[in-house]
Amino acid sequence: MSQISAPPPAAVDAAGGRVPARRGRPVRRPTRVTRSPLRSVLLHATLIVAVLIAIGPIVWVLLSSFKPGHAVQSTELSLVKDPTLDNYAYVLTETSFVRWFLNSVVVAAFTMLIGILIAATTGYAVSRFNFPGRRPLMMVFLVTQMFPMPILIVPIYMIMAGLGLINTPPSLIIANLTIAVPFCAWMLKGYFDTIPRALDEAAAMDGCGPFRTFWRVVLPLARPALAVTGFYAFLTAWGEVAYASAFIQEDRNFTLAYGLQQFVPQFNPQWEYLTSAAVLVTIPAGIVFLFAQRHLVSGLTGGGTKE
Amino acid sequence: MTTVTDGRAPAPSDRRPARPSRLRRTWDKHWYAWAMVLPVVVVLAVLIFYPLARGFWLSLTNLTEANQAAEICTRSITGGEVCKANPNRWEFVGLDNYLRVLTGEVGEFWRWTGVTLIWTSLCVVFHYGLGLGLATMLNRPMRLRGLYRVLLVLPWAVPAFVSAFAWKFIFNERFGLANSLLGTLGIDPVDWFANRWTALFTAIVTNIWLGVPFMMVALLGGMQGIPGELYEAAEIDGASPWQRFVHVTLPGLRPVSMTVILLGTIWTFNMFPVIFLVTEGQPAGQTDILVTGAYRAAFEGIRNYSLASTYGVLILSILLVFSVFYRRALRKQGEVW
Repeated sequence: MSQISAPPPAAVDAAGGRVPARRGRPVRRPTRVTRSPLRSVLLHATLIVAVLIAIGPIVWVLLSSFKPGHAVQSTELSLVKDPTLDNYAYVLTETSFVRWFLNSVVVAAFTMLIGILIAATTGYAVSRFNFPGRRPLMMVFLVTQMFPMPILIVPIYMIMAGLGLINTPPSLIIANLTIAVPFCAWMLKGYFDTIPRALDEAAAMDGCGPFRTFWRVVLPLARPALAVTGFYAFLTAWGEVAYASAFIQEDRNFTLAYGLQQFVPQFNPQWEYLTSAAVLVTIPAGIVFLFAQRHLVSGLTGGGTKE
Repeated sequence: MTTVTDGRAPAPSDRRPARPSRLRRTWDKHWYAWAMVLPVVVVLAVLIFYPLARGFWLSLTNLTEANQAAEICTRSITGGEVCKANPNRWEFVGLDNYLRVLTGEVGEFWRWTGVTLIWTSLCVVFHYGLGLGLATMLNRPMRLRGLYRVLLVLPWAVPAFVSAFAWKFIFNERFGLANSLLGTLGIDPVDWFANRWTALFTAIVTNIWLGVPFMMVALLGGMQGIPGELYEAAEIDGASPWQRFVHVTLPGLRPVSMTVILLGTIWTFNMFPVIFLVTEGQPAGQTDILVTGAYRAAFEGIRNYSLASTYGVLILSILLVFSVFYRRALRKQGEVW
């Protein structure tokens, strides 16, 4: 958190200081700092409006989660009214929320671990070696990123049904891996590209084979990248809706993405519980995300443009 | 898989015609790279290409939930089971599904396609435009810049399904924030989900809100990669701020822009949770996009697996055609990837 909210522009400019040896990027220090007062006001005003729009819905849900049910469902506009923690208490004790939360954690954690484990060596090989099949493999990673869910969901559903895995967490983990594995490989390739090849060459000269080089030299350096890619795989699985809605049938096996829908059925929706559940879901995801996001974009866009 | 056995890019230095030894040498040179990619190739083959092939096969049948059983078993009073062959068992129907979908005989393929196009183009235009605007504003020294940046990124930190619920809550027709705010302006409350266009509007607003931070951060990163000397040179040449933006910033952003627009288009095209949770297709399925429509065909009512697979194949074809054209356009402009 601290590295992100650090206000001095210099620190912000040197973005991604934790990714080791990012390509030397000239830091621009614009020459003109003079701006007429009117323009300053306009600039800040625009940004403040944008910030209000950005955080408004989040704040509104947060405020609503502390209101009692009748205040949430009232047409009268009020920011705070009879603040109470009853909604949270109800969600945590009277519903299966905690159970769903654990299910989500299990599904997302396994997706992340397996995805990273499988994809790491591939990302390295694609980044370093020019082997036959490299370019087609990269194309496959790209194309699988754009696979629409409907093309895979039915066959995977039928395969899972055949294996008797429907309505179990493993079915969701397997389904999520179809997204996570190509994504992780693609991201990690982008990060490995930023680690200087000279290190590999030095290791090779010291007699390391390619596997040893990867394990001993590159992987330790790539730890932040692994963490970021893992976080993102985690968050993707955490927010996955389609497979979770289709594969899971029993209340005790729901994940959050599907469980939360139970609070707001067509008739008699209970928004006060939904808002507090939403806050509880967002807090861990948000913290993880703020750590990860800085390095995320460079990985996504870098993988595509650097060869 | 063909990707690995593809014999291109041989060892560059020696090109002796002796075939077996060359194969051997390729193997010796590359076996470790192949070993490293093997796990992913296996996983992709099992988890993606096998289901893909199976999905394609399904689209050529008429399999539904109702006719999938090979046998119909009835339990008699004595407890025994009597099974006989299902007379209406699913069968191979060739391209029948595609014909019926494309002629509009079943489903709403063309309407979904229309909604998807509106949805994708509006979302991506606003994502990119707003992201570019905010990035430009943040890409200059000023007070509170770090704070603005963090606050503007926040929508990205919220899981998409939570944001979808939040906006559905805001657009609630009875007590939502949107109608309350309209009320203070003296405008009558709008029944957002009763009309096709207002419903689509809510979903698009939600998705724009979700997607702008990514564009902003990506473009900001791209802007900081543009060498400062270019701006100085432009300034010496007397370029106005607008000219600097058009002739230095925009061309400098090209590689990043191309990538994020492609990613954004594909993500939006496939964006399932927003439509599924915000509009739920209301009113009467009129705001469904292709992916949610196909999902409903597969898992609502009598599950029509073959029809859903047909939609899946069609959706994938649209995306493939799009990306091929996009790549070609990039090539023409000299970008390679």
